[in-house]
Amino acid sequence: MKLTIHHLYADMMNMYGDRGNVISLEKRCEWRGIDAEVLDVNIGESLRPTGCDIFLFGGGQDQEQTLLVEDLSGPKGRELVSIIEDGGVVLGVCGGYQLMGHYYETPEGERLPGLGVMDLHTEPRKPGEERLIGNVLVRVPDPVGDSLREVVGFENHGGRTMLGERAEPLGRVVAGHGNNGRDGTEGARYKNAYGTYLHGSLLPKNPWLTDQLVQAALRHAGEERELEPLDDGAEEEAFRSVAGRVRPRR
Amino acid sequence: MNPLLENLRLPAAILAARAAQFASRALGRGGGSTMPGVVARRVAPAVLKQLSRRLPRSSVALTGTNGKTTTTRMVGGILRIAGVRAVNNSTGANLVTGVTAALVSDADLSGRPASEIGLFEVDEASVPKVAAEADLKILAVLNLFRDQLDRYGELAYTGKVIASAFGDLPSDGAVVLNADDPLVASLGTQASGSRTVFFGVDEPELDTGTLQHVADSKNCPFCGTALVYDTVYLGHVGIYDCPKCSFGRPEPGYRASGLAMDGPRGTSFRLETPTGSRELKIELPGLYNVYNALAAAAVAGEAGVGLDDIVRGLEEFGGAFGRVERIQAGNREAFLLLIKNPVGFNEILRTFVSSSGGTGEADNVLIAINDNDADGRDVSWLWDVDFEMLAEKGARSEAAPPIMVSGVRAEDMAVRLKYAELPVGSVIPDRAEALRSALEATPPGETLYILPTYTAMLDIRKKLSDLGHTHPFWEER
Repeated sequence: MKLTIHHLYADMMNMYGDRGNVISLEKRCEWRGIDAEVLDVNIGESLRPTGCDIFLFGGGQDQEQTLLVEDLSGPKGRELVSIIEDGGVVLGVCGGYQLMGHYYETPEGERLPGLGVMDLHTEPRKPGEERLIGNVLVRVPDPVGDSLREVVGFENHGGRTMLGERAEPLGRVVAGHGNNGRDGTEGARYKNAYGTYLHGSLLPKNPWLTDQLVQAALRHAGEERELEPLDDGAEEEAFRSVAGRVRPRR
Repeated sequence: MNPLLENLRLPAAILAARAAQFASRALGRGGGSTMPGVVARRVAPAVLKQLSRRLPRSSVALTGTNGKTTTTRMVGGILRIAGVRAVNNSTGANLVTGVTAALVSDADLSGRPASEIGLFEVDEASVPKVAAEADLKILAVLNLFRDQLDRYGELAYTGKVIASAFGDLPSDGAVVLNADDPLVASLGTQASGSRTVFFGVDEPELDTGTLQHVADSKNCPFCGTALVYDTVYLGHVGIYDCPKCSFGRPEPGYRASGLAMDGPRGTSFRLETPTGSRELKIELPGLYNVYNALAAAAVAGEAGVGLDDIVRGLEEFGGAFGRVERIQAGNREAFLLLIKNPVGFNEILRTFVSSSGGTGEADNVLIAINDNDADGRDVSWLWDVDFEMLAEKGARSEAAPPIMVSGVRAEDMAVRLKYAELPVGSVIPDRAEALRSALEATPPGETLYILPTYTAMLDIRKKLSDLGHTHPFWEER
């Protein structure tokens, strides 16, 4: 079975090394003999799901975000919503995460409508508030078993995302700011759609998360398959190095 | 403040700054290149205004993401040949305090400058403050790339900040802009009070065909439509046109054409200026240094320097501190190439490390990535660098040992190489230890290519200096 990695707005939302996420997915499939293809989906182009898909929706600059909102207000946005409702695998980072919520308010006070598939919205930072910038360590529920796993990344956002009652956070902040710097939550998860402020890039240093996305996409396509373990020594070293620096001292 | 009182404060400020400089060096706190400015401004807040007004030929400032230091040094070399004494802040102290420090150390105790013209590289965010105080006659914007975004937020915003300073230039002043960088070129519409001059490259042979992954400003700055590129040189820099509105690449007054690149040895090209054309060769590698040379020619030309002096100054230019530097380390050579961002990193890989172009000769390579403020705290950008080009067949010689990595983010760098399917050599976060080990691994008589981010470069230079291979940077001329 062939896995298609759809890189949404690859030509503009390529801030913050989204490419690292694409490469992580692509290589970890390749190393296991899973056929994977990357497909860029730009403004004005429609989605082309194949049945076995991962959708990556990255972050951009404010100016570009406005252009996307228009593109998403048409059939493409409706299709993305039905993909998510149907259990399709989506990873939204920063701008992409914000646009999965109800709306995103710009610093000028304009409310840009999102997909509304996640019960959350994003407010601009208030005068005197700083951008939320730095390394983040988050505790995330393990998909297998009851334990918690950790994820590291780097956040850099002015917007404050507020979760609604029906939204489930992706994880809890151990170090860093997360959604809004106040309630200790980071990101959101709905079915197989993940939203997060973490880049850095996110997937290369958290390879189990990459594998989780791949596994979910295969399962959604009807293929039950255990992913064989890879030698993740280098990735674990990189994780440990960052986690060790940011973990609060006790 | 009372002007008389201000004049009384000036000598006190200069004296205090001298003491601060002396103390800072005596304590071994780096080059003492900003501290005197901080002290002087505290004693006499108007010190920069007062001193810069006394420069007979006013000042020029250069800003932009890449190449500020190199280009400023090139202008300095041209002015020296033209016999114009310039005061500059050449050690990377590019905030208003660094500019102040430079003028203070140039002045005698009565506040009389030794130099005729101020020549400053200025951090993008500091441009308005420097322009308001430093009596600028020329302001050049080299390029705007995504760089240390955690400090400035957004590129378009950075452009606005810089353009807000154009109003401080006099009517006989000039704004010098890169025609090939759409965002920079678009700032030209805001330079109404002084003349606007563009520089650009015309060399269809150098078209890379595609916008790089790292391209930043691919949309029209006025209407947001995706720009149509005729030619892409590097990143988002090229020859472009907006298909929807009237914006397009402006006609350059200073132009480079007929480029012949000779790898690490430099580039020959034809330089066209409003006062004539000349063939020349610069001894710095890569297209980005052709842009630096063009910008330097435009700044010097607009400051009234003749074409002969410009060409000589560029041809005799040898490279800026730390940016590209060869240091003899015993019976090996260390070649330092500063890494600032993905676009620069790609250029360096293409020019030195990959032999696909026929010129790369770097076998022994050490990459050192730190994540301090001056390096960029977010290392996501490593994933935007095309290390994949090194994994292509023939890009590295069979005998080349694996690339070594160091820096606070050595492990991140190792993961990046792994995912480019490149073998990874030693992973030693400590810069001094990594340098020692990498020099040892380099066969005698060969060159070790060191690719560090800014603060990693400082660490490595310090270690080289401790080993007796170079001098502390403030002693450099």
